[in-house]
Amino acid sequence: MKYKQNRKIFAYLAMIVLSIFFIFPLFYMISVSLNPDETAILRNMASVRAFFPGDLSLKNFFDVFDRMPFARFLFNSTFIVSTTIIIGLLVNSMMAFALARLRWKGRALIVSGVVALMIIPFEAIAVPLLLITNRLGWLDSYHVQIIPFIANPLYIFLLFQFFKNFPSELEEAAIIDGANWFGIYWRIALPLSKPILSSVAILHFLMQWGSFLWPLMVTRGPEYRPLTVAMEVFFGQYPRNWGDIMAFAAMITIPVLLLFLYLQDTYVNTVARSGIK
Amino acid sequence: MLRNDKKSITTFMLPASILLLVFMVLPFLMAFGLSFTNQRLIESPRGTQFVGLTNYVRALGDNLFRTGLTNNAIFVLVVVPLQTALALALAILVNIKVKGNKFFRVIYFIPTVTTMVVVSVIWSFLYHPDGLINGFLTSITFGAWDGIDFLNNTTTAFPSIMLMSMWQGVGFQMLIFLAALQEIPDSFYEAADIDGANTWQQFLYITLPQLKNTTTFVIISTTILAFRLFTQVYVMTNGGPQNSTYTAMLHIYNMAFKRLNIGYSSALTVIFFLIILVISIIQRIALNDTEEEV
Repeated sequence: MKYKQNRKIFAYLAMIVLSIFFIFPLFYMISVSLNPDETAILRNMASVRAFFPGDLSLKNFFDVFDRMPFARFLFNSTFIVSTTIIIGLLVNSMMAFALARLRWKGRALIVSGVVALMIIPFEAIAVPLLLITNRLGWLDSYHVQIIPFIANPLYIFLLFQFFKNFPSELEEAAIIDGANWFGIYWRIALPLSKPILSSVAILHFLMQWGSFLWPLMVTRGPEYRPLTVAMEVFFGQYPRNWGDIMAFAAMITIPVLLLFLYLQDTYVNTVARSGIK
Repeated sequence: MLRNDKKSITTFMLPASILLLVFMVLPFLMAFGLSFTNQRLIESPRGTQFVGLTNYVRALGDNLFRTGLTNNAIFVLVVVPLQTALALALAILVNIKVKGNKFFRVIYFIPTVTTMVVVSVIWSFLYHPDGLINGFLTSITFGAWDGIDFLNNTTTAFPSIMLMSMWQGVGFQMLIFLAALQEIPDSFYEAADIDGANTWQQFLYITLPQLKNTTTFVIISTTILAFRLFTQVYVMTNGGPQNSTYTAMLHIYNMAFKRLNIGYSSALTVIFFLIILVISIIQRIALNDTEEEV
């Protein structure tokens, strides 16, 4: 019993020390962002005092809105990400549905094609894609950041695996009701697939929200620039105002953090699912 | 039976198929084609010519590309074992049935939902010559530590980026391990308890073998991520100082976007892809092997 008790104490100690390691940078970001006094930020940046700014204020946050079209960047990111996810869910699940539920020649071949495409990292197609989109005159636009990222072989495959496990009574019952394939997809398959649809949406969100290399290549001005590239551009401007930089960082991070704290169980399942081969 | 009519199949398949063909298969195949040409992003007045293997010959002698690939390999050798081991340790820790383990699990995966650009910016401040990490090292050594400019020093810049990348990524692998740990039946451990196996023996003879597939998956996917390394080095050091943090992707980006040399950067892309392909094939073989054993 004594041994078990010791082990528990040790586990707690380890967990607490590790929590500090994982959380202090974010606390640091938040406390610096709330500190209106830039000289105090620089004076205290190396000590524990950095975590306890004297007077708290949202001045840095207002500064960010004053110094750049932050609202525009926020809109750009939100618009690009949500459009990609919504159209992506529809398009990817439609293809997955046809591959999993309809019986036709050649579908096994296409499934292996989709699996093969999963190996190609985005970095391996970025350069020719830049050439293609440049030729199409798409640079500096929303659609250049949306259209190439809608269809995704990993998401098609995850949805395919899920649809495949439905019992065949599913269609049989629907046929009695006189439904066609589209009706089965829309009124039966999709409503039964909420767990996998939310997983795919989460993966898609993380990919698009954090996307950096591509928007860096295809956006020139602030008009269509997403938050990530705007953050990097702001970070590259000297002299650096760390209070404002951290306020900017906090505004990108905190909404997403709250969303994921709310969705934590779905997120945990999503990651677990992406790890199961 | 409902008819599998051509019209439904086409409607379901067409949108995603077209998108995949135009924005994935086509550029993928083009990379190979372009790599044998002197294609520019903005068409030169002399037009584009077939140049044979010139780009590949140039790539072989390209010291910067070699530096980049070497750094990627170093990143793999250091980060992959450390991060995998840490992820497994974290997973075991939060899998211990104590109150609040779910809370700690959340804390550990929070960095994984923080965007890499933001992470890079925060850590640049922490690594500042007068920053928190130097301050911490000074105080725990009672002033013996002289502050160093972590990101501006050829010895410390890359390890600093490695540490930060592990901080950001490890929670993801932890969750994968955790899911696999929870799949191991309790009865295995109960039987071992009866046989008098201690915790360490149980870890060695039950946990590790049961996690073989997951470990392979984690190692390979972390390796692939290491070769794709771009955002952190771009934001924090832009490959410097003296190319000590330069990576293959940074070189491809510079060649395509700064030099506008699509032909050459396509050749680099093809080499990059072949490396990823070899790693992926190793993964498939390794996973198939273990599946057959079960």
